[in-house]
Amino acid sequence: MRRLIYLLPALLFLVLAGYFAWALRPGYDPRALPSALLDKEAPAFDLAALQGGGTLSRDGLKGKPVVVNFFASWCVPCRIEHPLLMRLAQQDHVPIYGIAYKDKPEDAARLLAQMGDPYRRIGLDRDGRTGLDFGVYGVPETYVIDRDGHIRKRFVGPLTADQVNDELLPLLKKLSAS
Amino acid sequence: MIAELGHFALILALLVGCVQSTVPLIGASRRNAAWMAVGRSCALVSFVLVGGAMLALMHAYVTSDFTVLNVVQNSHTDKPLLYKITGVWGNHEGSMLLWVFMLALCAAAVALFSENLPPALRARVLAVQGMIAVGFLLFILFTSNPFLRAWPAPPNGQGLNPVLQDPGLAFHPPFLYLGYVGFSVAFAFAVAALIEGRVDAAWARWVRPWTLASWCALTIGIAMGSWWAYYTLGWGGWWFWDPVENASFMPWLVGTALIHSSIVVEKRDTLKSWTILLAIITFSLSLVGTFLVRSGVLTSVHAFATDPARGTFILLLLLVAIGGSLTLYAVRAPALKGGGLFAPLSREGALVLNNLLLSCGCATVFLGTLYPLFLDAVGGPKLSVGFPFFNRTFAPLMVPMLIGVGIGPLLAWKRGDLPGALQRLWVAYAAAAVTLAIMFYVTHGGPILAVLGFGLAAWLAVAVLTELADRVRLFRAPIGDSARRAIHLPRAAWGMTFAHFGLAVSVAGFAASAFDQEAIEVLRPGGSLHLAGYELRLEDVRKVPGANFIADDATVRIIRDGTTIATVHPQRRFFPLQQQTTGETAIRTNLLADLYLALGEGDAAGNWTLRAYWKPLVPWIWIGAVIMAFGGLVSLSDRRWRVGVAARARRTPAAVPAPGE
Repeated sequence: MRRLIYLLPALLFLVLAGYFAWALRPGYDPRALPSALLDKEAPAFDLAALQGGGTLSRDGLKGKPVVVNFFASWCVPCRIEHPLLMRLAQQDHVPIYGIAYKDKPEDAARLLAQMGDPYRRIGLDRDGRTGLDFGVYGVPETYVIDRDGHIRKRFVGPLTADQVNDELLPLLKKLSAS
Repeated sequence: MIAELGHFALILALLVGCVQSTVPLIGASRRNAAWMAVGRSCALVSFVLVGGAMLALMHAYVTSDFTVLNVVQNSHTDKPLLYKITGVWGNHEGSMLLWVFMLALCAAAVALFSENLPPALRARVLAVQGMIAVGFLLFILFTSNPFLRAWPAPPNGQGLNPVLQDPGLAFHPPFLYLGYVGFSVAFAFAVAALIEGRVDAAWARWVRPWTLASWCALTIGIAMGSWWAYYTLGWGGWWFWDPVENASFMPWLVGTALIHSSIVVEKRDTLKSWTILLAIITFSLSLVGTFLVRSGVLTSVHAFATDPARGTFILLLLLVAIGGSLTLYAVRAPALKGGGLFAPLSREGALVLNNLLLSCGCATVFLGTLYPLFLDAVGGPKLSVGFPFFNRTFAPLMVPMLIGVGIGPLLAWKRGDLPGALQRLWVAYAAAAVTLAIMFYVTHGGPILAVLGFGLAAWLAVAVLTELADRVRLFRAPIGDSARRAIHLPRAAWGMTFAHFGLAVSVAGFAASAFDQEAIEVLRPGGSLHLAGYELRLEDVRKVPGANFIADDATVRIIRDGTTIATVHPQRRFFPLQQQTTGETAIRTNLLADLYLALGEGDAAGNWTLRAYWKPLVPWIWIGAVIMAFGGLVSLSDRRWRVGVAARARRTPAAVPAPGE
């Protein structure tokens, strides 16, 4: 029995190594969207809006292609991404909707007061359930959703200027045209 | 040609490593002195070889040899010389070479400074280090060779990521790696002890200086990384619980536990198998950290380019190194005999508590870092945890820890007098209570955790001083007597005092971050921003050319009560080569608070976004870390590490037959 205790660290390590091996399997990409959601209807959500009352819901967004951005005031990369979102909203007039992921309303409001508000409307996902449904890996994450409410593209991590110019904007153009 | 020499040197080092990891081991089990001595020469030769390879790569960088692929990808002729040199480890291949170089450095140091080690133990330690070196040299040569050629050679290189062109970051990796890799010595000692089947006070006395030295380097390395993030990222944060940061923090936590538990082995000859386990885990966490950062299993803000093939290789390395050593532990550790018994309320008991809390702290960081991966593996959703998780789990664990740090040193070995110790600490309670009261009053019952943090810092600082006063019998003996006692106090005791005091200073710095003030405004030149009683007036913004960038250089006057205190220059730097912009913050500090300015984007109309933060006590975070590392160095200078070794316990030598006999 006593010997088993000494064996424990080795066994725990083996489990861990198993996980690592699993994570390294070919074709696995931690940044990839769970394939189940791409080109499928976005998970339903109906969140209280940060400002001005009302809600932010999936069905309310239908009718035009939109960008949905998960962010949080406690998230560093979100601040890196923020100026780009501001540019998208102001220069390119992209409809961006924010979902404040596991964030307090006052913190989120403070962030936007400081850095500007690129969002048309913000939903509060306080318990992170909507993020869970979307399969959010970490904030920030950005989704392009078409007029029928289908997810067409997912960007994990802070958006870069290249991603915006080469992927996001052309996709939005295509979606608006069709 | 020189690049090929570097490549050959690495191959030779691999061969030497093969000899180093086998011959001394066989020699030790057969008691063959000549074979055992091979380890020492091998370690020195491989240091020269890996050092040569390092120099060869540096030469390629300094001369901008664009026939070397690694230089093409990471350097440029316009880059300042400092960054040409430090660019050597600013990329995956070069940083792995630095890793192996540090390993060779440690092995050579063991070979040189181990005159008084029993030859068999020395041979085994060097053999284990040889094995680690072989693993990493294979990794470099097969998956990450920095000496590959590029043909045809391009006229110029692609340059180094502008964010990395910074003096703080230039010297952060060497310290960090020295810390990581330094723990390989403790690991090698642990494995050697398991092979020999013997751990005694003398063993702990040999291991401790190596552990202390690596701990100091790691402390400085982590502090530098956090300081860099603070002044470079432009919004004043200093710790992000990012996977890469956690990877360096976990070995630090367990390494801290190891330093403390090895004291118990040394003084009281007990907690042996636990200490061995800690030594194995500390280095294992360094390895796991390397794996996580390099394999792309976890995404991180500041990871190098990742590659699954490398991940698989490192995973194999982990299996052999960690799996092997833990299996050896499972087989051999039950035979290690515990020594002296102790009551729960004693110095030993306090150190056990310290170990438990630090290990639990490390476990929470570990879980928080790997949680996304685990959840994903069982089919759950992908998600990451971030700040809220760590603040809720790690911080509460550290509260009893900080209280304990104040009490522990006042307890006696074997059986401590807790009521007595608590009585002697009355000044510390008073200090904590007064601080709490003042903070409550000043902040009007502000953020409770921060107020508590201040109370803890005051408690700890005063408790540490009380312990010191107790030791030198301050106010109870004539002052001259106390001074004499202070001078003759062992350096290790002074080291502890400094390290614990440094912790208190850092804790105050952490707690104060709740009282940051910030202001952001769009200004025209001539406009000003008001923050924490200062007026920050934007005078003008000019274009200034730099070595390989063009900067928007703002002139900001800091005015208080109508007088100009200082003029500072936050910048935005545009690097045409990478088409990238970085911010250069301006920080004005008076050691009690930082005034932190970052220049944001400008628009066509000549408006500039200026962000400013007032951060009380934030410099204390790093000052505290430096005091802690200084304490480690002071303790390292204790003469007992050099002289005391001769007093090795001679009870056991013949009693335990060496394996293989």
